[in-house]
Amino acid sequence: MVLMTQSEEENFALSASIDNARNVSHILKAVHFKDTATVFATENGLKVTVEDSKCIQANAFIQEQVFQEYVIREDSITFRINLDILQECLSIFGSSSPSTTAMRMMYNGYGTPLVLTLEEDGAVTDCSIKTQEPDQTLDFEFSAANVINKVIMKAECLKEAFNELDVTSEVLQITMSPDAPYFRLATYGLLGQSHNDIPKDSSMVEYFECGQTQSNRYRLNLLKPSVKAVNLANKVCIRMDHRGFLSLQYMIKNENAQVCFVEYYCCPDEEFEDDNEPAM
Amino acid sequence: MRFRAKVVSIDCIHHFTNVVNTISKLLKKCTLRLTLDKMYFILPDQVSNGGVSMWCELKQANFFDEYQMDGASKEHNEIYLEIVAENICRALKSAQNAKSLKIKLTKKQTPCLTFEVELPSIASNSRLVTHDIPVSVIPRRLWGEYEEQEMPDFHVSICMPPMKTLKNIAERLKNLSTYLTIAANQDGDMTMKVETELVSATTRFQHLEVPPVTSTDEETQSKDWPQNEFASARVDIRKFLQFLAGQQINPYKVICSKCFDGVAEL
Repeated sequence: MVLMTQSEEENFALSASIDNARNVSHILKAVHFKDTATVFATENGLKVTVEDSKCIQANAFIQEQVFQEYVIREDSITFRINLDILQECLSIFGSSSPSTTAMRMMYNGYGTPLVLTLEEDGAVTDCSIKTQEPDQTLDFEFSAANVINKVIMKAECLKEAFNELDVTSEVLQITMSPDAPYFRLATYGLLGQSHNDIPKDSSMVEYFECGQTQSNRYRLNLLKPSVKAVNLANKVCIRMDHRGFLSLQYMIKNENAQVCFVEYYCCPDEEFEDDNEPAM
Repeated sequence: MRFRAKVVSIDCIHHFTNVVNTISKLLKKCTLRLTLDKMYFILPDQVSNGGVSMWCELKQANFFDEYQMDGASKEHNEIYLEIVAENICRALKSAQNAKSLKIKLTKKQTPCLTFEVELPSIASNSRLVTHDIPVSVIPRRLWGEYEEQEMPDFHVSICMPPMKTLKNIAERLKNLSTYLTIAANQDGDMTMKVETELVSATTRFQHLEVPPVTSTDEETQSKDWPQNEFASARVDIRKFLQFLAGQQINPYKVICSKCFDGVAEL
């Protein structure tokens, strides 16, 4: 069973190989905030989706170019998998070792396990991870046409801000505006309010396009997982659409200097009204 | 009962320290058995909870320059002491650049193993550090518990792959399952396998060194065991990790049979 013949291998619905398994596990780390993930495979590559509370969705895109070999025999393949186990398997030879782990991934369609073969320094590990029935994933209907405000900035800038957020606050209020304060992260914690402003002419900001002032609150505990992504990213694109839905796109470079994207969608906590007192 | 021993060579002190460090990582309390020509560290068997048991034998002549021992009686010329291994480590810490090390069995308020470390100093007088480690003397009637176990008939023996690799893998596998199946054959193949309802992961090592069968081994080794047949053992991963962490002396050999036993080759 261990040694598969060439013809058997060719029959796999999905088969991909990569020289350095760390390139995959690195990206998956950015969306690893729940233990199960849904994997979509198309000819363009893999999309790994993790969701929580029907309010936040994280997508990691591992494009076909990242793999040295990528063969898919169906239009699209969807399965759900335990991300904890997948990550453990990918880093089975340790994540700090100087040598790289080569990996081959195979999936033979609905109901079959995902088979990983990893090799490092002559030692070979075969993993077979059971796949699960895929869930319907959320569609946030976030389209570029509805985007009102958009900022692209270097990740370091947001990294600091995100890591220092007041965790006692329930919400994070993000304000984007064509006028001062341009971009503001505000928290309302037990110890008081705090604002973190990033001016539009900061050297960290690469692109700033704001049509109108928007201020929305997002549950901090929903956004917290994206701190993982921001720590790995080089650049971040923050977008808000007319409904106040937030999209965070992270650009992550892997060890081969290839660029991968991780995307977070989050819906706003509540309708936030600036000056209208709620009707009594 | 009398016991005194002296080490002068710094290499011997270091080697002795290594041995004790290994032991202290495995278990807190160990039994020190002293005979006329050998020194034994024994960790009693704990098969009931899948523990690690260890038997370590040091020829006194390899370590000590002076060695005197008078046992409990003429017929049973041996001493059995129970000691906390970590305390010996602490005492030996100050002996890392010693001129000499003396070990004596003394009677203070309680029986003690006294470590006298002579340290070099710039002045002509050398400095002396003394550690008294309380021990309890094991009475004659309990000696039977510490007899050397029969080495179980093993099917396969093989040199393990590098420690670091094994440790990394075991570290990961620990998060997947509690039990690990280790299998090996006489062709130099070894596998480590975990299996749960969600995942099965098998790591294979090939072309490992197979120690040549010596004449004494031949008697214990099942002769009818086929060369390429795997012998396997199921172990608790945490215990296995503990065992790996304790191994500081390389190379070593693992003997795999129905029960699992690690032997450190000194």
